[in-house]
Amino acid sequence: MAPIIETRSLTHIYGAGTPFEHVALDNVDFTAERGELIAFIGHTGSGKSTFVQHLNGLLKPASGQVLFEGEDIWSSKEKTRAVRSRVGLVFQYPEYQLFEETVRKDIAYGPKNMGLSAKEIEERVIEAAEFSGVSEDMLDVSPFELSGGQKRRVAIAGVMAMRPSVLILDEPTAGLDPSGRESVLENIDRYHRSTGSTVMIITHDMDTAARIADRLVVFNHSKIAMSGTPAEVFSQDEKLFSMGLAVPSATKVAHELRLRGVDINAAAFTLEQVVEELLRAKEAGKC
Amino acid sequence: MLKDITLGQYFPGNTVVHRLDPRTKLIVLVLYIVALFTAKSPVTYGLVFVFLAAAMITAKIKLSAVFRGLKPLFIVIAITAILNLCYSSGNVLVQIWKIRITDTGVKNAVYMILRITFLITGTLLLTYTSSPISLTDGLESLLKPLKKIKVPVHELAMMMSIALRFIPTLIEETDKIMSAQKARGADFETGSIVKRAKALIPILVPLFVSAFRRADELAVAMESRCYHGGEGRTKMYPLKMAARDYIVIALGVVLCAACITLGALGI
Repeated sequence: MAPIIETRSLTHIYGAGTPFEHVALDNVDFTAERGELIAFIGHTGSGKSTFVQHLNGLLKPASGQVLFEGEDIWSSKEKTRAVRSRVGLVFQYPEYQLFEETVRKDIAYGPKNMGLSAKEIEERVIEAAEFSGVSEDMLDVSPFELSGGQKRRVAIAGVMAMRPSVLILDEPTAGLDPSGRESVLENIDRYHRSTGSTVMIITHDMDTAARIADRLVVFNHSKIAMSGTPAEVFSQDEKLFSMGLAVPSATKVAHELRLRGVDINAAAFTLEQVVEELLRAKEAGKC
Repeated sequence: MLKDITLGQYFPGNTVVHRLDPRTKLIVLVLYIVALFTAKSPVTYGLVFVFLAAAMITAKIKLSAVFRGLKPLFIVIAITAILNLCYSSGNVLVQIWKIRITDTGVKNAVYMILRITFLITGTLLLTYTSSPISLTDGLESLLKPLKKIKVPVHELAMMMSIALRFIPTLIEETDKIMSAQKARGADFETGSIVKRAKALIPILVPLFVSAFRRADELAVAMESRCYHGGEGRTKMYPLKMAARDYIVIALGVVLCAACITLGALGI
């Protein structure tokens, strides 16, 4: 079976022909398998946001291809439109796109555009609200009366309601307080596990990436610089530092301890793993 | 798409034209427009064209950029040309049914096309080579005499610079909201006019909400930095006229005078 999403030497140039010309993506090859949870990390302006906007056909590549289930998404107009509902994209600060009178209507906007029946739309709204933690009594209030975190969840529900086979979120936790961040991440994780869909997250928060992703893809200077499991990527901390990126806090502690002679496996990157390694080292009497 | 709009957009550069005082550019633009509107013959149009071409070459503005700025106005230009072509008296060249095309008609149409194109190109040149901030500074300084009759010149200039400052921001925001709604299956391109107008609601509502939010934030930010209008305010970069400014203004005056004199002489 073809991978769910694939890009072949994808290149994108902003402002071609003006003094502001800028190559945002440079020959990017990427493959995502069904059911993966991928985190994109990278410096501001490294091309990751531009990249994800290609995956559902919002941006057209200057050259190269984007394949969805093995088919070029730009092969026909219908194909491009169809892909938009199969690959759901939640933008940065998605709460700024809310516009309806009630939360219910706003979540229903996507499914309605897909031409579903009223009954089906209602079902999906309820389902998406549940996935993203929007409570039943919130459904009939105006989205503009909600708090920032609640608005964010409503906006995410608006995309989840389309039941995309690939859900992409651009910095879903940016600007939220710790509890809001926690609940958004939990909801995404739950959505991923119970629907079996492919999920991709752009994040600046390495702790988030370490905790939930199966695979990390690091963007640097418009290219994919690294790709692998969190253990593989975070074990190369020097390389990450050189790109101006950080490692999760626990990994940093482990790194510092290792420099001071404590025997800790370089593959340990989450808090639990580092604690385990420390206990093991203590048993062995090496610290 | 939306980002391709170049009307009123600044192209940074470091040419003589870019470095001119904004007041010079505004004055010369006015002189240029007067010259353009008094021009009635190939000679005077030629003079105006030489002036414009020289300015464009020194400013290193590409023809493609000008073309892009003119594009939205093609229809207006075409309609004006057709009206001039069909509704002028003179010797009839071609007659189709009731429409007479006369020699004066052809001449008027050509002149009208040139006039509008030159007018817009000249204005574009000003906005391409001056940052919005420097333009409003220049305008404020030129309008200062009006303060005597209680015109709030500084406030008007401030409003203008804020408006200009937020055009790119709002365009970017519109682009972002459009993408976000497209990702939710919105369709702005097909369907009847009513359907398409309705499709704009999901863009306009968030856009207005964010514009009001921005305005509010900006007002608070200005107040917390003790902004209270123009009284006693000094500039970080005070405007200064240099020798080149006087030379350019002199050239503008010469162009304007030449066109008026030649026009009066009937050449």
